[in-house]
Amino acid sequence: MEQNEILKVNGLTVDFATEQGTVHAVRDISFAVREGEILGVVGESGSGKSVSMYSVMGLLADNGTVTAEKIEFDGQSINASDYDGKRSYEKTMQSVRGNTMSMIFQDPMTFLNPTITIGKQLTEPILNHTKLTKGQARARAVELMTLVGIPSPETRLDQYPFEFSGGMRQRIIIAMALAMSPKLIIADEPTTALDVTIQAQVLDLIKELSKKMGSAVIMITHDLGVVASLCDRINIMYGGKIVETGTDKEIFYTPNHPYTKGLLACIKNPEENDKDLVPIPGSPPDLLKPPAGCPFVDRCESAMKICKLKMPPETVFSDTHKSACWLNDARAEKGVNAHAR
Amino acid sequence: MQMWKYILKRLFFGLVTLFALAAITFFLMHEIPGSPFAGETSHVSAAVREKLISHYGLDKSTGEQFVIYLGNALKGDFGTSLNRKGMMVADIISNGLPVTAALGACAFGLAIFVGILLGTVAAFTKRRWVSSCVTFFATVGVSVPGFLFALFLMVIFGLLLDWLPLVGLTSWKHYIMPSIALALGPIANICRLTRSSLQEQLRQDYMVLARSKGTSQIKVIVRHALKNAMIPVVTSAGPLLATLLTGSFVVESMFSIPGIGAEFVNSVSSRDYTMIMALTIMYGAMIIVAGILTDIISAMLDPRVRLK
Amino acid sequence: MENQFDKKLQDIEADDALFEKLEDSEKDSEFIAVEAKTYFQDAWKNFKKNKLATIGLIFICLMLLLAVFGPIFSPYTYDQQDLTSRNALPSLQHPFGTDKFGRDIFVRVMYGARISLSVGFASAFINLIIGVVYGGFCGYFGGKLDMVLMRLVEIIYSVPTLLYVILVMLIFGSNIFSVLLAICISGWVGMARQVRAQVMSLKEQEYALAAKVMGAGDSRILFKHLVVNSIGPIIVTTTHMVPSAIFTESFLAFVGIGISIPQASWGTMASEARGLIMNQPIQMVWPVLAICLTILSLNFIGDGLNEALDPRKRV
Repeated sequence: MEQNEILKVNGLTVDFATEQGTVHAVRDISFAVREGEILGVVGESGSGKSVSMYSVMGLLADNGTVTAEKIEFDGQSINASDYDGKRSYEKTMQSVRGNTMSMIFQDPMTFLNPTITIGKQLTEPILNHTKLTKGQARARAVELMTLVGIPSPETRLDQYPFEFSGGMRQRIIIAMALAMSPKLIIADEPTTALDVTIQAQVLDLIKELSKKMGSAVIMITHDLGVVASLCDRINIMYGGKIVETGTDKEIFYTPNHPYTKGLLACIKNPEENDKDLVPIPGSPPDLLKPPAGCPFVDRCESAMKICKLKMPPETVFSDTHKSACWLNDARAEKGVNAHAR
Repeated sequence: MQMWKYILKRLFFGLVTLFALAAITFFLMHEIPGSPFAGETSHVSAAVREKLISHYGLDKSTGEQFVIYLGNALKGDFGTSLNRKGMMVADIISNGLPVTAALGACAFGLAIFVGILLGTVAAFTKRRWVSSCVTFFATVGVSVPGFLFALFLMVIFGLLLDWLPLVGLTSWKHYIMPSIALALGPIANICRLTRSSLQEQLRQDYMVLARSKGTSQIKVIVRHALKNAMIPVVTSAGPLLATLLTGSFVVESMFSIPGIGAEFVNSVSSRDYTMIMALTIMYGAMIIVAGILTDIISAMLDPRVRLK
Repeated sequence: MENQFDKKLQDIEADDALFEKLEDSEKDSEFIAVEAKTYFQDAWKNFKKNKLATIGLIFICLMLLLAVFGPIFSPYTYDQQDLTSRNALPSLQHPFGTDKFGRDIFVRVMYGARISLSVGFASAFINLIIGVVYGGFCGYFGGKLDMVLMRLVEIIYSVPTLLYVILVMLIFGSNIFSVLLAICISGWVGMARQVRAQVMSLKEQEYALAAKVMGAGDSRILFKHLVVNSIGPIIVTTTHMVPSAIFTESFLAFVGIGISIPQASWGTMASEARGLIMNQPIQMVWPVLAICLTILSLNFIGDGLNEALDPRKRV
């Protein structure tokens, strides 16, 4: 088990210094990704899902600080505190980024440089990490364009981003991420900015190509529906914490955490057409002053007094299924609260 | 191919603009009481009057006069100066323009080089006080009127320290003070523009994507930020070049530089209409040419302008 | 597994009461930590944080007070000559000294402030109105009309300001209104371009379409939606117009083609003092200081507003 974990993160905490104070965006989370698997990270805006992945890649804005006990990728530590000085950390990360670990971004309209041709942008990771000549890199770029399904790649390489549609641009961004057949691809809400009709195509493309190249994928999304058919395992994040983790079956059929249940109630199940969608009332906690207890307490129907005071411990249901909720405590049954399952 | 079409289109519109400018100035001059174009030639001698009437066709209609004027102007004949007897306007301009343009080029080079350098430093420095200092200097720079700064330089370096010659333009030393006086405002402007434009670039999403490809911080800046950041700088450098090449009225008259800028002030105060007319057309032409140059360079930098 | 779980729980308060249901009243479900503020409240708060901008604002307010009330309470007038005390150094009677005609410089500086500030603010206001209407019109309707109107703007921009000044002076004479008119003829061009660009990009946005769908007329969409949404850049451009107008006014006066003597403008005062620069440098200092500090303050205010009104520029 242990040896084929491509990415292992322990005790990751991310803070942002802002005008209003320090935002504790991610609070002490741990997770791992195995070779070749697709891990879904699900949570609403501001739950810390993107931030935690950006910090793994060392791409946070200057006002963010990352602390972690351990960030290990492909047998090598990529935890900034294991390096003496920012410079040597950056050097290592440069050899990792776009090479063995790459990222697919959210908005294809803003993540491509408008004044540089697609060809130049697409060959950039290849030229960064190999000794190929420009001509050879271009040939590889043509292959990649074909791979992601862009017709007449030779001519399109000399065009600029604004000459492509949103879906095409996202395919180009995927091609950039795949350029070096990375061991891990982080996909940050890759379909959020796209038309619904194109979303499925793009998800299929990511799934198919990652299987072909043997890459592991971390799929960040706010939509449980997206990960349903795609992911092997799912992490549910809320208020800067991972509240539940499990395989897709465990999350969909035996959800434990009230937040996960709430999320599931929000997506439409084609088999129960007449079922009403149930929104989760309230809004996520303010991470300027994160709660001492469970972050979900204020929106949870079954909240108890302890939930407000102390972060619940992790309850282990199986090798893969864990959840952090006080309701799993033996004493919860004794309380006034009747736990509706 | 598309580029050529674009340039031709801009040139055509430039010519239209220049024509309109000449027409408007001419007809305005015609309306001003006391102008020879208005037919009031009582303040000049009989001989000059005869010459004026025959040269400009003052006895003909305004429209015809304009055609005559344009025809002469196309041949490089802008008439004789009213103020400096017997001097051709074209000669005065061709004497003064090289001097002014040389000085303007010095100031322009200085403004671009120092402005971009300071702006870049302010945008990238990690030390807060450096960027604060540059920003403060830049704001002071745009706030001190050029003529006051020229005066200040003259008093300090010309009179009190006696390091640099006060007036004239005969050695390289003479160029220092007027160039700096001319360049101060532009330096500050370009510095502010470069800084804010670069900071804007650093905030762009595609900078993150470039870094995610394993490109080093420096290469990301050189490849992705600098070019895009220069687009607004180029846009403002064009008119600046036109302004500097045609000279600063005040700086030239203060340093007694025999350039075209001082000529404008003199012709204005002495109501030398033929001079004013010619200088306006020249100034307009400069601005239009600079505008076209600017557009061409921005089109080269920004494909969205070129291809749309 | 079970053991591990129990062990973890031991160091938590073993108080069963804690496992009672949390009442809804104890939850802060709509907890909002950052106080909601309107655009301008937020901008004002950020503006106040900028020390230089605040100092600039205070300075301009003081200057305005002096310009309006100063000359009323002064025992001297701007053109009152006192040949017995010419070129006097600063003293109690004449805080800034006197000039070569024995006129009190302090009063003249305050009169200069009247002229400079009124030229500055009035021209900024006029340019604001013309620029917003013209630019909004061009940007909103676009097409051939826009092309023709923008060519016109280019022509207006190609004529040197000095030429406008001469033409206006010749027709209307040398006075403050001529200066104002001359500055305004070409001054609105920058604002028009800015507003046009803003409106062009904003009109593509959904809310403009939404307003149209709901039956709003063109002028309503243009002024109630598009212009209001570009209010930030418009305010910033306006604040930068004030110093540039003051700049032009003092420059014209300095060259000797602005307002006519004996009226006191900072430019004419500087120009007069220039001849005495070796003997009486102090006379030069006052008008120069007044021009520089005023323009500097206005620029600081402009920069402060720029940062305060554009949330993206905040660090």
